[in-house]
Amino acid sequence: MMTRVPLRRIAHARSGDKGDCSNIGLIALKPEFYPALVAQVTAERVKEHFRELCKGEVERFELPNLHALNFLLHEALDGGGTVSLRTDAQGKTFSAALLRMEIEIDLPAESS
Amino acid sequence: MIRIANAQGFWGDSLEAPLEQLRGGPIDYLTLDYLAEVTMSILQKQYSRDPQAGYARDFPQMIERGAKEIVERRVKVVANAGGVNPETCGQAVAASLKRAGYGGRLKVGVVTGDNIVGRLDDLIGRGVELRNMDTGAPLADVRARVRSANVYLGAFPIAEALRQGADIVVTGRCSDVALSLGPTIHEFGWKADDWDKLAGGIVGGHVIECGAQVTGGNCQVDWETMPDLAGIGYPILEAEPDGGFAVTKHPNTGGRVTVAGVKEQLVYEIGDPRAYMTPDGVADFTTIQLEQAGPDRVRFWGIQGRPATEFYKVSISYAAGYKAVGTLVYGWPDAYKKARLAGDILRTRLERLGLKFDAIHCECVGANACHGDALSGEPSPDLAEVTLRVGVRGGDAAAVERFTREFAPLALNGPPVVTYPSGGKPKVEEVIAYWPALIPKREVTATVTVRPDA
Repeated sequence: MMTRVPLRRIAHARSGDKGDCSNIGLIALKPEFYPALVAQVTAERVKEHFRELCKGEVERFELPNLHALNFLLHEALDGGGTVSLRTDAQGKTFSAALLRMEIEIDLPAESS
Repeated sequence: MIRIANAQGFWGDSLEAPLEQLRGGPIDYLTLDYLAEVTMSILQKQYSRDPQAGYARDFPQMIERGAKEIVERRVKVVANAGGVNPETCGQAVAASLKRAGYGGRLKVGVVTGDNIVGRLDDLIGRGVELRNMDTGAPLADVRARVRSANVYLGAFPIAEALRQGADIVVTGRCSDVALSLGPTIHEFGWKADDWDKLAGGIVGGHVIECGAQVTGGNCQVDWETMPDLAGIGYPILEAEPDGGFAVTKHPNTGGRVTVAGVKEQLVYEIGDPRAYMTPDGVADFTTIQLEQAGPDRVRFWGIQGRPATEFYKVSISYAAGYKAVGTLVYGWPDAYKKARLAGDILRTRLERLGLKFDAIHCECVGANACHGDALSGEPSPDLAEVTLRVGVRGGDAAAVERFTREFAPLALNGPPVVTYPSGGKPKVEEVIAYWPALIPKREVTATVTVRPDA
């Protein structure tokens, strides 16, 4: 049965910085969740999700061997680590921010 | 197989981890990464005031505390602790060994050549423009404000120092992965065009470069049941001659080495995974194969690489104005509403004062600071407290200074239930910004010096 779930139920993530660019690696908790991430967590959706924080483009890369996606959020850190006025100047919590996104997935009963 | 233990993910990481890595079990190499981008500009400033400064002073201190194990267990140490003054750092290391009673026993190798801050005018004059990789602008635009300029050197100078018999290798700026890749190049005789093997070493270096972030630290999966984070073990790379490796940690240490944690570290601070660029080669992260090969052990194989480019990356720092950030804490009830109102009042007062800034930033820690309003949702009126945090940034130091005087008054003349944190008014800081650029490899010469311990 298709269920709408926040990504935190089916994935984990880690984020870091390079200048004013934040990278978020999103990893499926089980290989069978990966196709839903590929299909629904598009660069466009991530750009929309982070519209308040990310002023530039969002790029997406696939790592099927790790069941992971990598996102680059350009102009997302208020100028970058040492320039930024934000508490999270390096986007360390962006991983969790992405995990707030909801997607539709066919979950077996025990994991829903 | 060689065992390479990393014990420092950045300058400020655990002071005890290096000793625990030395004492917790057999290792062949100990690596320590001290240099974040911001570190170089700080060290350059220290060096300009004192020619005996400009390196990570923690490192010689660590050598003194760990000298017994380093000498008696024959562990080699590689660290980028040299900052902008690797020679003096090397001398301090020799002095540390002597103080610990191990003088004259080890050779200290020093790698220099990364620091090009004194060559910038010559380079620009000869048409090496050092254009900003993000904006395309030439360095000449900010030349007068440059504070430091360091090339990310590769692993081969480290391997050369080891070949010449160095027991401790001190470098300035080099790629993070070079610290462990240098030892594998040396031990296994990898050549500069062994692209797949080098790629394996590059990935291995990336896996351990952030210390305990790969052994259970920061891991989102099962964090609540993570064993003994207080005594977390730091990573050990078990490198094989074919480029494969395993990552593990010492027995009887906290944390966990799992596929989930390793994957989080693999995707940390990468760009295009098909082209993870280093001075020594380009690793393709989409070729990584890995599996849980036992408790606290993940094995890697099959990693493929491509030739290095003709350029080194240069990290240049420059002064870019001033900033200050202040806070006020608002208490229940309606803490968020009060904090927001106080933020608006502050903005209005700055406007009426006619102060101009490049940026004014208001956030409410506890409600929206990390993820913004849209993602955080409407905060509960029952939040126990919210910290209003307001920052400004601009080129006019006087305006930033004037801003710092606007916090204290709000303790009396703004919304109620407020407490002004101790520590006085906010401090004005100089903003150091980064200018990433590329430099042709032919313009850079790494120099390796190995001397017996005096």
